[in-house]
Amino acid sequence: MATMPPPLRRAAALLLVVLAGVLASTARADLVISKADRRVDLTSHIVRVLASLKVENVGPDPVSQVLLAFPNIQAKNLAAIRAFGSEGKVKGQSTVLPIQVVQPSGAPPELTFFSALLPKPLEKGKTLYLDVLTVFTHSLQPFPEEITQAEAQLVVYQDSAHYLSPYPVKAQTLAIRLPGGRVESYTRHPNAKLVDSELKYGPFHDLPPFSYLPVIVHFENNNPFAVAKEVIREIEISHWGNVQITEHYNIAHGGARLKGEFSRIDYQSRPYVRGVSSFRHLIAKLPPRAHSIYYRDEIGNISTSHLWSDSMKTQLEIEPRFPLFGGWQTTFTVGYGLPLKDFVFYSDGKRFLNITFGSPLEEILIEKLIVKVVLPEGSKDIEVSAPFPTQKWQEVKYSHLDIVGRPVVVLEKPDVIPEHNLYFQVYYKFNNISLLREPLMLISGFFLLFVACIVYMRTDMSISKSSPSYLAKLQWDEVQATVQKIQGIFEQCLAVHDKLEASLRDLSRTGDIQSCKAARKAADAQFKELSKDLKPLLTTLHSSPQSYQIWPKVEDLIAKEREMQEKLMTRHSTVVDSFEKKLRGQDVENRIALQQQKIAALRQEVESLLEYISEI
Amino acid sequence: MAEPEVSPAAAGGGGQLRNVFGGVLCAFTLLLIGVVAFSIRLFSVIKYESVIHEFDPYFNFRVTQFLSKNGIYEFWNWFDDRTWYPLGRVIGGTVYPGLTLTAGTIWWLLNSLNIPLSVETVCVFTAPIFSANASWATYLLTKEAKGTGAGLMAAAILAMVPSYISRSVAGSYDNEAVAIFALIFTFYLYVKTLNTGSLFYATLNALSYFYMVCSWGGYTFIINLIPMHVLLCIVTGRYSSRLYIAYAPLVILGTLLAALVPVVGFNAVMTSEHFASFLVFIILHVVALVYYIKGLLTPRLFKVAMTLVISVGLAVCFAVVAILVALVASSPTKGWSGRSLSLLDPTYASKYIPIIASVSEHQPPTWPSYFMDINVLAFLIPAGIISCFLPLSDASSFMVLYLVTAVYFSGVMVRLMLVLAPAACILSGIALSEVFSDSSPESSTNSIQKNENRNEKSETAPKEKPSKKNRKKEKEVAESVSVKPKKEKRLLVLPFELSVMGILLLIVSIVYGRQLKRISAPSIVLTSRSRDGLHVFDDFREAYAWLSHNTDVDDKVASWWDYGYQTTAMANRTVIVDNNTWNNTHIATVGTAMSSPEKAAWEIFNSLDVKYVLVVFGGGGVFPHIKEPDYLRDGQYRVDAQATPTMLNCLMYKLCYYRFVETDGKGFDKVRGYEIGKKHFKLTHFEEVFTTHHWMVRIYKLKPQKNRVRGKLKKPKASAKTSSTLAAGQKKNPWQ
Repeated sequence: MATMPPPLRRAAALLLVVLAGVLASTARADLVISKADRRVDLTSHIVRVLASLKVENVGPDPVSQVLLAFPNIQAKNLAAIRAFGSEGKVKGQSTVLPIQVVQPSGAPPELTFFSALLPKPLEKGKTLYLDVLTVFTHSLQPFPEEITQAEAQLVVYQDSAHYLSPYPVKAQTLAIRLPGGRVESYTRHPNAKLVDSELKYGPFHDLPPFSYLPVIVHFENNNPFAVAKEVIREIEISHWGNVQITEHYNIAHGGARLKGEFSRIDYQSRPYVRGVSSFRHLIAKLPPRAHSIYYRDEIGNISTSHLWSDSMKTQLEIEPRFPLFGGWQTTFTVGYGLPLKDFVFYSDGKRFLNITFGSPLEEILIEKLIVKVVLPEGSKDIEVSAPFPTQKWQEVKYSHLDIVGRPVVVLEKPDVIPEHNLYFQVYYKFNNISLLREPLMLISGFFLLFVACIVYMRTDMSISKSSPSYLAKLQWDEVQATVQKIQGIFEQCLAVHDKLEASLRDLSRTGDIQSCKAARKAADAQFKELSKDLKPLLTTLHSSPQSYQIWPKVEDLIAKEREMQEKLMTRHSTVVDSFEKKLRGQDVENRIALQQQKIAALRQEVESLLEYISEI
Repeated sequence: MAEPEVSPAAAGGGGQLRNVFGGVLCAFTLLLIGVVAFSIRLFSVIKYESVIHEFDPYFNFRVTQFLSKNGIYEFWNWFDDRTWYPLGRVIGGTVYPGLTLTAGTIWWLLNSLNIPLSVETVCVFTAPIFSANASWATYLLTKEAKGTGAGLMAAAILAMVPSYISRSVAGSYDNEAVAIFALIFTFYLYVKTLNTGSLFYATLNALSYFYMVCSWGGYTFIINLIPMHVLLCIVTGRYSSRLYIAYAPLVILGTLLAALVPVVGFNAVMTSEHFASFLVFIILHVVALVYYIKGLLTPRLFKVAMTLVISVGLAVCFAVVAILVALVASSPTKGWSGRSLSLLDPTYASKYIPIIASVSEHQPPTWPSYFMDINVLAFLIPAGIISCFLPLSDASSFMVLYLVTAVYFSGVMVRLMLVLAPAACILSGIALSEVFSDSSPESSTNSIQKNENRNEKSETAPKEKPSKKNRKKEKEVAESVSVKPKKEKRLLVLPFELSVMGILLLIVSIVYGRQLKRISAPSIVLTSRSRDGLHVFDDFREAYAWLSHNTDVDDKVASWWDYGYQTTAMANRTVIVDNNTWNNTHIATVGTAMSSPEKAAWEIFNSLDVKYVLVVFGGGGVFPHIKEPDYLRDGQYRVDAQATPTMLNCLMYKLCYYRFVETDGKGFDKVRGYEIGKKHFKLTHFEEVFTTHHWMVRIYKLKPQKNRVRGKLKKPKASAKTSSTLAAGQKKNPWQ
């Protein structure tokens, strides 16, 4: 006992002092516990105590409640308490008894009392079998508080060897189940014996009310001390057929802190010796038919996970990015989808979600659990029924094209243990028509977009139809179109010129006068046609008020082109003539040289004019 | 691509309907090209996960997170105290904000529509979205130069060019992702202005240039290339009012806008990178004046005036240039930034700024990397250049100039291969479209149209293994071509089968080859295939997650600078140096510490307030890329038995190989392929706090200073006299 940590010792001493006072003021002797067997399970970091009591009414009056007492030091770690009772000579079918906190008059403030209410009062002389399950968290204190990587984790548990009760207890035993492995020390007592991994105290006989005998066990416990500082569990219902669950974990190793260095070589070569106190994976039992499971943290996917599934369950083994030693922590997110029809039902005009409250991870203690149920947009008349008291409030969440937002029911509960994995219900009213709201919104959005595009393309967006600038623009467009046409005609003219030239070249090469003459004829005809085409264009251009800039140039162009045409014709006829007269090439060239020059100059001028016009 | 499909309809006549049909078909093809560009880049998300890649993207991601959380004003004023400890870094003033603002805006827009996407998701998908935009911009640019057919072809090629994919896969959230789009779009608007002479497009051009300046330091490429082209136009006598409108507003508005970006600021008028544009601006005005005077005066008078103006103008120009040169020459770097100088003089960086030269993407590329990066385009480019000269227009001369300069720059720096890629795509697109349009005379249009259709299908649906299908199609194509009447043969400029096969080769080699897998790797997660299946090495994130959850939020972590960005972004811890290598002294300090013996290193780190040291070590696996950062540091150092004692005692060596010998008993480094030199040693000033599963990252903690050094109290008593005499003796030494 010399190894007892100071705070525990002090608490034990205090309790003893207190109990001396309590013993004196005992008043309730109507009930007698004829037999009390307690089994304490210390294999994990959550302590479960099952007390099987045989209660007899020895008083004259019927009794309607049984009081259960716990020292405050235990009561503050109490996460769950449940009582099952059955009346009769032998243990029969048991019923769950409602439990409430009471403060009987004259009771010492160092004790917390719970009362199990009986369905019907216990008559005189009758017996009642009462099973009380209590679950405690944070009751295993690591000692020493800091260990190295190679050391095993030792923890201390303290309790009373006598069943602390406001009633006299005739016979009782206490059995403590240890996880196996080393037991450093335990409180010695004549009645105590340690067999394998079970420590037994008792039997004790005929003890007065409020007997208390502190016992302390100091033993090795290397089971994962997985403590979640905070878990946010979001359940999002979509009436398209899916219940999406997203769980954000912030998990720490709640055991003895790691001291000194972490050596990977030691951990890898002998993981069960060096690093025995750490844990590297957690197991989550998901509902059957869970799909689209993911496991990630804020920096990406975590690739170390395994999944098995059958028709009964889906088992997910997740491994954090690194093994967790004492005091280390990590965060991650697990998400999965569930079929809607397994969890959302319909009755009496109302829908309700029926799903478990806690986290699917095994043997995990959650210090703060926030469950958010996101109902579809447009849900009304929301009610929650939970099997235990929780803090409740409502929020609104905006997601995927919401307008008014989705109602969110938030439930918060501290110290959640696997025993709290009970079903809870959220009732709400929802109209299926609301499902179509978002698709319709999208359809109408795109429709409007296209309509707007069509309208924009089809309408003339200019501000005023009668403004001079608008009219001027229209006229200018017209002028431009005409000018373009004129340009086209002139280009054709030039092409005809080229053809004539080509025919001349052919002539000089082949001497075929006939074909040359034919070309001349064709050119003449084309010129005529073109000038016919040109006339109406010129009149429109001349009549337009916008053409004052261009008109002189166009006139110039026409004159030049005429001149050039004439020159070309004369030259052509000269050449043909001279060929007919069979003159020498030299003479012909002499005769046309001057013309040639002029034609070239004119052609350049015409081209530059054309370019000028086109730039306008 | 679509042009040959449009043309048969054109032959059929039907005026308006034809245009509408062609327009719709073209729009649809563009849409499909966009989808291809987007989806081909999602390979990394499908194979790995939706995660940010590599180093710099993590910084950009962190900046975007900050922006989305704190808003734009906080962002401009952001002084980041979690990096470059104890100096810090003014992020708002030293970062190109284009990418961040783009992703931030997309995120904000989606969230205001109540579409709850995380910042990370938006960042991951920004690059693929912008590569779709880039291929549309390519279409527009090429269309301005050579028409719709070439445009579609170029866009389709750009969507799949490996060089660009490697920089814009999903998760590669880097400046280049949006900058390439901005680059092409700016060029498009420039060419568009040049073709239309519209001031509207000129203004848009300036705005687009502004976006480019916001996004990437490569904007200097634009502001040098466009003046070069303007100069080219002037010299070749292609001056027109359109050229003036295309250039003058860009310089004025563009410079004013560029000066608004904090990271550029007065550099827009002060550094030599921008001087070329101002010089050309002056020349352009002189030329404009000359043309104006030419219009006013008679030719003879003009000649007189010309000589006068030229003599005066030259004098003024010389004076200005002389002043500029004097100004510039007075500064040590001649007014050029280090990276720009290393572009002009490829040997500059290795001589003066080893840290720039040490980055692998700043090295000159090797010949095979041209083929790896731009693939078969390398062979199509010459054809494209030829077709640009038939006929040479303003726009097509711009393409040629763009290509030539890009080839030069890519020859200097691997990273600038990215600038070459659009040019290569455009010219190849032009070349291919020329081939198609020449080889589709009236009678054969139908069969060609079919081929085109097939071709397009295979392009728009590049599934993971299209190779067999494609080959089948290839055969079909060949058959259908051979069935065609032989008389058309003489019309073909190139054998049709060959060009079809060329495209198929391009697609198949990209999609089917290993290249896509290689460039899709995020580099923070590694995978290796062995007989027992796929192994995932996720050690980096393991280490960062450990740091972020199990150290104090204000602890400082020292590591080699490569891992600075990732440490701040993923582990959220303060680092001493990071990938923004702005302070060489600081990097050198960390380098000194890493290469000093333990005691000295401890003192340096302690003076920097460092609590943890992170080293990356390619332990017992196959991590080829780990070598690089290690080798960059170690250079030709040896770590085996022949290594110098200094090497074997330096901190880096010790931290990497601490207790390494116990893994296999010999201390054989599989990555480097030899046994380490010094095997058994202990650390006195550091303790191992974390090593990842595959030994890739190791984290050490500095041991706290001891309150009392053992023996120190005794020492003065025992050896007070001797030490004092020793000290005295040493001091006296000079006089002796």
